[in-house]
Amino acid sequence: MSEMNAEQFLYHEARLLDTQQLEAWLELFTEDATYWVPLEREQKDPLETSSIIHDDRTLLELRVKQARHPRAHARLPLARTVHQVGNVMVLSENGAETTVSSTLQVVEFRNEKQRLHGALVQHRLRKANGTFKIAHKRVDLVNSEGELDGIAILF
Amino acid sequence: MLVQPDRVHRSVYADPAIFDLEMERIFGRAWLVLGHESQVRNDGDYFTTRMGREPVIVAKNGKNVVVLINRCAHRGSMVCAEGRGNTDRFVCPYHGWSYDRAGTLQAVPFSSGYEKDQLPKGLKAVPRVALYRGFIFASLAPDGDDLQTFLGPARASFDDFVDRAPGGELEVAGGVFKHAYNGNWKLMIENHLDGAHPAWVHASSVAVARNAPDPGKPGEEHYSDIAVRQMRQNGAPDAVWEAIGMWTTPRGHGYMGDYHDDSRLVTGLGNPVFDLYRKKLIQEKGEAEADRILRVTLWNTIVYPNCSFMSQFRQLRIIHPIAVDRSVVYTYSFRMKGAPAPMFRDTVAFANVVNGTGSWVLTDDLEVYERIQRGLSSGAVDWVYIGRGHGRDVEEPNGTRRGATGTSEVFIRAQMRAWLDYLSAP
Repeated sequence: MSEMNAEQFLYHEARLLDTQQLEAWLELFTEDATYWVPLEREQKDPLETSSIIHDDRTLLELRVKQARHPRAHARLPLARTVHQVGNVMVLSENGAETTVSSTLQVVEFRNEKQRLHGALVQHRLRKANGTFKIAHKRVDLVNSEGELDGIAILF
Repeated sequence: MLVQPDRVHRSVYADPAIFDLEMERIFGRAWLVLGHESQVRNDGDYFTTRMGREPVIVAKNGKNVVVLINRCAHRGSMVCAEGRGNTDRFVCPYHGWSYDRAGTLQAVPFSSGYEKDQLPKGLKAVPRVALYRGFIFASLAPDGDDLQTFLGPARASFDDFVDRAPGGELEVAGGVFKHAYNGNWKLMIENHLDGAHPAWVHASSVAVARNAPDPGKPGEEHYSDIAVRQMRQNGAPDAVWEAIGMWTTPRGHGYMGDYHDDSRLVTGLGNPVFDLYRKKLIQEKGEAEADRILRVTLWNTIVYPNCSFMSQFRQLRIIHPIAVDRSVVYTYSFRMKGAPAPMFRDTVAFANVVNGTGSWVLTDDLEVYERIQRGLSSGAVDWVYIGRGHGRDVEEPNGTRRGATGTSEVFIRAQMRAWLDYLSAP
């Protein structure tokens, strides 16, 4: 793979999700990664306040594995999705890490139900072999505090 | 008859006319759990919620909790935006009519246009409000059993919930999950006492958790441990589910014994965090009382018709029926006053894995509720069968009816008996 910039990397990540290459998507994360979909607006803390999702790498792997289980009722079939990434901006760059903000719209379709999710996203990326690994991903859904149907997709 | 001893007609779950009748005769009469006093600690604190389909404001007025219908006496607008806050006046956004915390009309713009004695007195107050151990209940009916009678033996579950706090108090903390599903409200209330469902509904999360790295020993724990442990417990052997207690009350309430045998999930099984907690409890209550409290091992309790809670990880869910096939559930976590701080982190981790909108566990429950609703919308088959354990129920001296085994459907039969009582009363 030729050298990827942060913007291309986010598109690459979205494509893995939309083509249901979940195992390859999981490999984008570092071993010490955290994946966070906060419950509250501007939530500071994932340990004393609940989250829609707050996973370390172990738990994130369980999500991917569950999606492949033959009796994963809410994930069988997996929803078809389009992850539309926009407004990509590199917020800061130091030797080790690049912090990138973006917006995300996800169109989800499953069981005759189409849903639209919108989010502000922040990635902390680490350079690795000409591409990046995700050390931290935070997805602030615009309706995180609203009344939500179950969320069985990955953002 | 739509409700028979071991079967229920599908229209009870699927007919909009029956749903309307439920809102009038069940949600319009029963004591409903609205929240907890810690949500309205100070004079003027308020939050909005729903009683069935009625939008209400729960407010603290001096020392009293009042519950007001959130509808201006003038032209009907909700006077209070949804949410929470502190105020000494509720002011209608439409024409500026204002009400004090008790709902009494205080000021009306263009007042010269009205004959003074013709003006409404204020917001309609919900006629009955009562607290039990800090939990706020209200009833839209002016008459009926008092709260203590209504709760009956289910009071013990609230006692268990509150007694566990070394400081004797709980507080709502850690955020509120609000999840929704396209299904009838009763599907959740039934599911929470159903020990026969986890092996099937949660098969996928049980399987992946079993294959996850083992949780760490004390001092070497991982963030993921609570989630992994809880998902594994849902895969307890059939014999464990059969052996737990399952009690019901005449008003449709029910509670189940604990099915956990994991020392990190059950206080009293020797984990260091829990040992510290037990010390605090002994400090505050004495050893005999602390031991008595910790010997109580209950899991979910249902307060029919609108609440489900559990003391061990301090979760409480309130169900808001929206339509015959649409329900919204608010999930609250509680912090125990005087307990070691790490226990609340366990509560949050537990809430995420079990009640989180994105959880491995809850999402499969919601999927199944929606499939049930679609199945029951079919007119080809009339009856829902609720006969597991029927004919073998045990009448207990304290007035509860216990299932012969932990997976008995006695809890649905009790809910349906209460349902029929509510709906048959004109």
